[in-house]
Amino acid sequence: MIALVDYKAGNLTSVMKALHAVGANPQLTDDPAAVLRADKIILPGVGHFAATQFLETSGLKAAIQKRIAAGVPFLGICVGLQWLFAGSTEAPSFSGVAAFPETCDRFSPGRKIPHVGWNSLAIRPESRLFAGISNNSYVYFTHSYRAPVTNATVAVTVYGEHFSAALERDNVMGVQFHPEKSGEVGLRILRNFLEWKPC
Amino acid sequence: MLTKRIIACLDVDAGRVVKGVQFVDLIDAGDPAEVAARHAAAGADEIVFLDISATHEARATLLETVRRAAQQLFVPFTVGGGIRTADDAAAVFDAGADKVSINSAALARPGLIGEIGAKFGAQAVIVAIDARRSRPDALGRNAAVFVNGGRKPTGRHAVEWAREAEARGAGEILLTSMDADGTRAGFDCELTAAVSEAVRIPVIASGGAGTAQHFTRVFREGKADAALAASIFHFGIADVRTLKEELRREGIPVRLPC
Repeated sequence: MIALVDYKAGNLTSVMKALHAVGANPQLTDDPAAVLRADKIILPGVGHFAATQFLETSGLKAAIQKRIAAGVPFLGICVGLQWLFAGSTEAPSFSGVAAFPETCDRFSPGRKIPHVGWNSLAIRPESRLFAGISNNSYVYFTHSYRAPVTNATVAVTVYGEHFSAALERDNVMGVQFHPEKSGEVGLRILRNFLEWKPC
Repeated sequence: MLTKRIIACLDVDAGRVVKGVQFVDLIDAGDPAEVAARHAAAGADEIVFLDISATHEARATLLETVRRAAQQLFVPFTVGGGIRTADDAAAVFDAGADKVSINSAALARPGLIGEIGAKFGAQAVIVAIDARRSRPDALGRNAAVFVNGGRKPTGRHAVEWAREAEARGAGEILLTSMDADGTRAGFDCELTAAVSEAVRIPVIASGGAGTAQHFTRVFREGKADAALAASIFHFGIADVRTLKEELRREGIPVRLPC
């Protein structure tokens, strides 16, 4: 079962629709018990990092951490990616799951914020999420905070500075952009995640 | 590199795309879901449905139209026209839209911007501004804001209203020059630049598109982050792909469809 985690932050219709389009039938859930049964977990998200507080209070965070530790493939989208870090300066009193030890921060001033629109990806060839996708493909972003480039980064995008458009480490993956809004490229990324099997 | 967005806008009435001929007669231009999918396949970066239905029944049809179009649309999808409350916006999001565009209702009650943003995120709220200069030589920054399809003056100026909309949590500004709209003589670059330089959020230019050069100018001189194209595909340039290929030749960063 694929769990699409609902943490009451915005609109999940588009993610659901895109997953249906690639042949998946996810269960939209805010129930930790359902997450504990899931064999794939997707954490979407738009909005403020503080919205991830619901994950903490609902018990979803503990359930997700347990499944991540058990090797279950996990994909975080947008704020869902940032939640994989230790935290974000957007809401310093809240913490993420710290699968990546760094912290997310606001884009440095000097250009328009949020970063909205289609920007290109410099892709690491060994990436699993980007299998079959050409380097410099465009995807759709909308965000004001960004994740740093780390040794888990598999795609880098430039907006005044370099940031992580996507990261992978073992069964944990995250994308800053919206694959559900990134046309054929985005659908292929979702398909790659769904087809990936831990060995 | 962040590209300049080309946004295809469809006027929708009672479940059909309509287009004005000489701004009076509306003629049927097809099924909105099909037309939207065609624009997306040709490389449109976003799709906007502008609901121009006047009646309640036609609005109910709109939600069904949005739902059908959203099924096969995997680029950002905005719906505007007639959204007066956060509940109206919620219904449109539930049908599959990613953003709403609000205009008269935001001027009547600016708190609406934050109400929708609090629930769906600032990125989901576009404030549309229809502006007209008092005289052709008046400064763009002093252009007056109108509502009700451009019939009613509000006493506001484009730049200060755009700033307030940003402060209240708008994610983007959709700026239509009423002077340029329908002329196919080019965007109002001075007005667009005045607004774009006054806010930190993206500005979408609208009104006056006739040629690819008009887009080049509004991106360069008008400092627009995106530009709306509506009737241009009915009258001049064949499709979004043709437009983007011309823009790329002129050195504007655009995303070409694969």
